[in-house]
Amino acid sequence: MDQPPSSVKLLGSWADSHTHRVQLALKLKGLEFEYQEEDFINPSPALLLHNPVYKKVPALLHGGRSIVESVVILQYIDETWTDNPIMPADPFERAVIRFWCHFTDDKLAPAVGLVFSSSGEGQKAAVDQVHENLKLLERELKDGAFKGRRFFGGDKIGLLDIVLGCGSYWLAVFEEVMEVKLIDPESFPVFHAWLRDFEEQQEVKETIPAIDRLLEYARGIRQMMLSLSNSSSSSINNAAASSG
Amino acid sequence: MAETKELVLLNYWVSPYGMRCRIALAEKRVEYEHKEEDMMEKSPLLLQSNPVHKKIPVLVHGGKPVCESLVIVQYVDEAWPDRAPLLPVDAYGRAQARFWADFVDKKIFECGTKLWRLKKEAQGEAKKEFTEGLKLLEGELGEKKYFGGDAFGFVDIALVPLMAWFRTYESFGGFIAETEAPKLVAWGKRCMERESVAMSLPDPDKVYELACLIRKMFGLE
Repeated sequence: MDQPPSSVKLLGSWADSHTHRVQLALKLKGLEFEYQEEDFINPSPALLLHNPVYKKVPALLHGGRSIVESVVILQYIDETWTDNPIMPADPFERAVIRFWCHFTDDKLAPAVGLVFSSSGEGQKAAVDQVHENLKLLERELKDGAFKGRRFFGGDKIGLLDIVLGCGSYWLAVFEEVMEVKLIDPESFPVFHAWLRDFEEQQEVKETIPAIDRLLEYARGIRQMMLSLSNSSSSSINNAAASSG
Repeated sequence: MAETKELVLLNYWVSPYGMRCRIALAEKRVEYEHKEEDMMEKSPLLLQSNPVHKKIPVLVHGGKPVCESLVIVQYVDEAWPDRAPLLPVDAYGRAQARFWADFVDKKIFECGTKLWRLKKEAQGEAKKEFTEGLKLLEGELGEKKYFGGDAFGFVDIALVPLMAWFRTYESFGGFIAETEAPKLVAWGKRCMERESVAMSLPDPDKVYELACLIRKMFGLE
């Protein structure tokens, strides 16, 4: 049964892909919501109250209760406001979507994160891992469960498009910041085409921050990570020099 | 209709993930063929049904594979909607069930695996995360009969394979379940009174024996 869209509030962070997932889903459902920006480093009392287990964004507040974990939130939104469904009706198709959501969060996303946080041999291994994961998605789009579809959800964006799409922009950002090749259109033509189509959607454009902001943000974090590892290795060098 | 198609569960007796699927199918009173896989030599059916992870459990229904235990349990619930609902009817209840089942995956079974697969020195944060996870689950269970309230459901199914693995985690993790999580131990006993659970969980001593064997094989003793 449909609920009136009364007081929906989202606690999120502007550069967080999981927050974007929820924002996009709410937009696709045509729902009004209040947004509260949270600081990753200093979670507000509200966030600690509404997500006591993980203390992280996003947290959706509705009807006096909170729902957390983005894929859980997306399904909650779909089951509460049933117009414009983002999940298929057929149980087997739903299982396929859920499987690839897990894959995105358990395999692809950590590999992409590792590209960003590592260097040298470690980074090369992480890049290879990303490619392996993208190959699997490419195969599924080309010949598998999603063959012939414009989006994973069919003609329109569905839950898996939201989950994969909100986060895939980091591929292009990290390519530039890290100077690595992650998603070249020759190796992953179908995935690449899907991502371009996804990013062209009006609601997606309204949700994902401008690439410049994301680039600046990523560069800042990378700088900080590098200077932290440099200062720890220079203290090791100093200690070695003074004892030698 | 769901009933008339062939149903096969590819499993390995000791897997807590496989146990979840068996329990769900038993709750729904669905007939299926149980196929025990050899982990050293995976069958062509397994490799072709789960090419991404090559892991059990896999539920093959009318030739179509469903992979990942919590995905399988939800599939079973949705494919046989006319009996023994495994998830709550309301969206918020479902969200809570999915949240806690995912928590069980991350904090109990992933951590638990580190307790028996790694040497004490390498266990690191795993024991702390595991025992903290137990406490949070105890808080969530409260005084309820099951995690879902009066009805046995999704979170119960996700967690109850712990009862077959508790002894193993205790031994290698260095803690006592009865002390750390008395409410969960009592809840576990209540669950074991259900036929679906009793028939799906192996003897904890046999699980422990296998874990010891694997540890010896990998030179962890």
